[in-house]
Amino acid sequence: MFNKTVKELSIGLSQGEFSSVELTQHYLDRIKAKDGEINSFITVTDELALEEAKAADQIRAEGKATDWTGIPFAHKDIFCTKGVLTTCGSKMLENFISPYDATVVSNMKTSGAVCLGKTNMDEFAMGSSNETSYFGKVINPWSDKEQLVPGGSSGGSAAAVAARLTPIATATDTGGSIRQPASLCGLTGLKPTYGRVSRYGMIAFASSLDQAGPMARTAEDAAMMLNVMAGHDAKDSTSIVKDVPDYTASLNNSIDGLRIGLPKEFFNEHLSPELQNILQDSIKQLESQGATFKEISLPHSHLSVPAYYVIAPAECSANLSRFDGVRYGHRCEDPKDLMDMYQRSRTEGFGDEVKRRILIGAYALSAGYYDAYYNKAQQVRRLIKNDFVSAFEDIDVILSPTSPSPAFGFDSKGDDPVQMYLEDIFTISTNLAGLPGMSLPAGLINGLPIGMQLIGNYFEESKLLNVAHRFQTATDWHTLAPKNI
Amino acid sequence: MSIGPDDINQIAHLARLKIDEKDVPKLSGDLDNILSLVDQLQAVNTDNIVPMAHPMDAVQILRKDVVTETNQREKYQAVAPAVEDGLYLVPKVIE
Amino acid sequence: MQWETVIGLEIHVQLATKSKIFSGSSTQFGSEPNTQASLVDLAMPGTLPVPNEEAFRKAIMFGLAIDADINKRSVFDRKNYFYPDSPKGYQTTQLDHPIVGPGNIEIQLANGTKKIIRVHHAHLEEDAGKSLHDDYHGMSGIDLNRAGTPLIEIVSEPDMCNSEEAVAFAKKIHSIVSSVGIGDGEMSQGSMRFDVNISIRPKGEEKLGTRTETKNLNSFRFMEKAIKLEVERQIDVLEDGGSITQETRLYDGEKDISRSMRSKEEANDYRYFPCPDLLPVIIDDVYIDSIREDMPELPDARAARFIEQYALSDYDAEFLAGDTETAAFFEVSTKISGDAKLSANWVAGELSARLNSDDISIKQCPINAELLGKLVLRIKDGTVSSSGAKKVFEVLWAQKSNDVDAIIDQQGLKQVSDTGALEAIVDEVLAGMADQITQYQEADEKKRKKLMGGFMGPLMKASKGQGNPKLFNQILAKKLNS
Repeated sequence: MFNKTVKELSIGLSQGEFSSVELTQHYLDRIKAKDGEINSFITVTDELALEEAKAADQIRAEGKATDWTGIPFAHKDIFCTKGVLTTCGSKMLENFISPYDATVVSNMKTSGAVCLGKTNMDEFAMGSSNETSYFGKVINPWSDKEQLVPGGSSGGSAAAVAARLTPIATATDTGGSIRQPASLCGLTGLKPTYGRVSRYGMIAFASSLDQAGPMARTAEDAAMMLNVMAGHDAKDSTSIVKDVPDYTASLNNSIDGLRIGLPKEFFNEHLSPELQNILQDSIKQLESQGATFKEISLPHSHLSVPAYYVIAPAECSANLSRFDGVRYGHRCEDPKDLMDMYQRSRTEGFGDEVKRRILIGAYALSAGYYDAYYNKAQQVRRLIKNDFVSAFEDIDVILSPTSPSPAFGFDSKGDDPVQMYLEDIFTISTNLAGLPGMSLPAGLINGLPIGMQLIGNYFEESKLLNVAHRFQTATDWHTLAPKNI
Repeated sequence: MSIGPDDINQIAHLARLKIDEKDVPKLSGDLDNILSLVDQLQAVNTDNIVPMAHPMDAVQILRKDVVTETNQREKYQAVAPAVEDGLYLVPKVIE
Repeated sequence: MQWETVIGLEIHVQLATKSKIFSGSSTQFGSEPNTQASLVDLAMPGTLPVPNEEAFRKAIMFGLAIDADINKRSVFDRKNYFYPDSPKGYQTTQLDHPIVGPGNIEIQLANGTKKIIRVHHAHLEEDAGKSLHDDYHGMSGIDLNRAGTPLIEIVSEPDMCNSEEAVAFAKKIHSIVSSVGIGDGEMSQGSMRFDVNISIRPKGEEKLGTRTETKNLNSFRFMEKAIKLEVERQIDVLEDGGSITQETRLYDGEKDISRSMRSKEEANDYRYFPCPDLLPVIIDDVYIDSIREDMPELPDARAARFIEQYALSDYDAEFLAGDTETAAFFEVSTKISGDAKLSANWVAGELSARLNSDDISIKQCPINAELLGKLVLRIKDGTVSSSGAKKVFEVLWAQKSNDVDAIIDQQGLKQVSDTGALEAIVDEVLAGMADQITQYQEADEKKRKKLMGGFMGPLMKASKGQGNPKLFNQILAKKLNS
């Protein structure tokens, strides 16, 4: 049962092969049995899940079921869930029971899906290996002899889906946090266009970059979940007023004649030969379906990581100021005065990577440095966006690597944070430009999955999902599962 | 540009973080590495480029002036570290 | 040395919207603590702001009222600082692209001179909550009901050179705010607060001196006192050979002292940047024009109309037109009395003096405009003398009765206008004033007018204050000149 996709489970439920309660119990049992090793969940909401499952079965009995009624899934612990612990992977929110639901959470509730729990993540979504979580690192289920990272920051969601502890999960992506773990865990993850999914109730890291999306096994499942997640929300000023298409409707469209761009800056000599080969095979596959390829140039793409490491920290330095120990969250013991309360609560509540980014951000915004850093980065950001805008004048989709390598060992990046930052070298420009991007399994390197990235024009998630689905119809990389599950 | 111990202390103060004296050299090195990555930005000419604060060229939608919220004090203060008489308590505020 | 003072004002005005600037919480004043603090106001993780259109509308109304440029594109920024009454750890405000650009305000001083004070800009921002310093086991209490109340901050150029000008400017803003209906103008509830930037320099010197900022003054009187105190302090410091430190000061109106606010000094790097949770607000001419069409009459236009329509003096017109309530009060009472000048005298004189001394606003006035109009009518038609009317006014003020005629009757204040009776009194009084009569008759025209007054006192006394002074005058003139 656990190898079924959401689509298959949905059919199974509708045909009465199993009930939602049975299905939910099945996954809860798997979590109980397997997650001790993987640590992909921070909170498992077993009782609530079974209640929801019961309600879903009731709805089905009344003949009011939809695609999602009774389908189990998990939320990344960045989404506020009413009455349920919401930690954002931080000690700061170790005891935070959210008093409200994020819009994504209420959308999923309305769909009738059953939430199994909240998945582990890098603290405040800052990280590419899931090592920064206060609740311990997440182990990539593909690990064999050596323990490997699942990627980050949505590493918990990715590991849980890869280990078949949940059929699908929500995730968020600020610089690659859906796509990179998807690549490292052999999954299909989609970061929608900025503004497509509401950010209300999604704990902010970098407001102008954050975007939520599905972490799935297949493009079809991702399309199904995006149907539920996407849409304008009056509570999020940056959410875009635009009709949401049925993303499943165009999955099978022909890709004959589709023009795909290959950015020469991404296909450079630093790319490993194994990854080169995998991408070439993927290109050939799509070519066989009629897609055409051409080289394009994104001349400012090498500035993505530098621009990102000004903009994201600057925004996060302000976004995380609300964690002050006054209204919620960690407060230090016996503060001797106001300053002491602020400093100790925040110093105790935040981990090292979060603190580093807050400091970088405060520095980049401080008097005398604003123009050289923040303003400059925002200018470069426009150059990066303009590169994409001109590229999309004569192509439909961009294909590139997602991550430079498959899953790596813990601590393998040394203690220079910059080495870790380069993990997102192919994904970050998409966030800066606000474009939709997805990663889907494209092959194995040393037995470990690795993804390829598809980048679309604004609001062209359908096209990405279409290409991905066509690829998955012809290949089986996405069906591979880790051995020991 | 490089971040010295004084800078670290200054920005840590602005951000209300406390940095242990012994951690300053390592942190200073980390931040320097990040800044030298970031300094690649300086090489590109951005004259007349309008800074981009949002990826989309969208316009703010304004909300009608309607009261939609009701008193939820008890619920919201359930997650507060210290409250009394409906107030959030903090160490004495001295102006 | 002769010193010259340079003053600039920053005025925070709460906008009278129903809901907050970024959330749907009520802005009502005086509710139980934190009962009007929503998820957004509390800066709960994940919450996001959505701006209130009415706040923009009111800010634009203010801009139109001072003939300012309205910026078609305005942007919210974050001003970062930690303070328990600032839940997000930053204030959402407008730094580089405020909604209202440069404008002008004309003030009138007591000596009748007028002066233009330039407004640099006015921007929208959110108010903070309140720290309550009652002792909770050595801790302070935070109430966030006020957090997120929309404000406009009006920033003047440093165009004022003394407290009178600064107060006149502040009062003019108050008058515009209440006339246009932007704010409620209730100073006692903190709906208008002033920060005063003050520097001094030797007379004739062009370079500005170092300035201090005295924050959070919430009445005109305190503002005036605080300015005087700060100017004196700066002069003392400089004349003792010291120098002025650029600092924020806190003024204690009760004790009339001020002190440096060190807590504000230690972190003044606000690290402003555009708020990524909010998009640029774009407005067009159609929108601005629709607001312009809905604008109520502005104080200056109203004053001009009062001069034209009622032949009032500049001073009276300015005073009465200053706020909507006073203006309406005057116009209603004039309609009933039929005498604008006399109604103006009573509203600007007796009534305002009493409101001031009782420290209440005209909205809370115990006498309504109709009643005052009736009273003025009775003065005009000779039923009661001015001094008699003051007695009626007292009864009305104490709300013992609201029947003007009945009070006049009961108090025996009805003027005697029977010419025969008055003539008898004149004859009787003049009989005992032979010397004065001679003096009068020997005097020239100019002096006679003066001497005339000497007879009125005894006449009023003899008539127990009830003789009609106008008639007395006529009879007297006839008798003395015959």
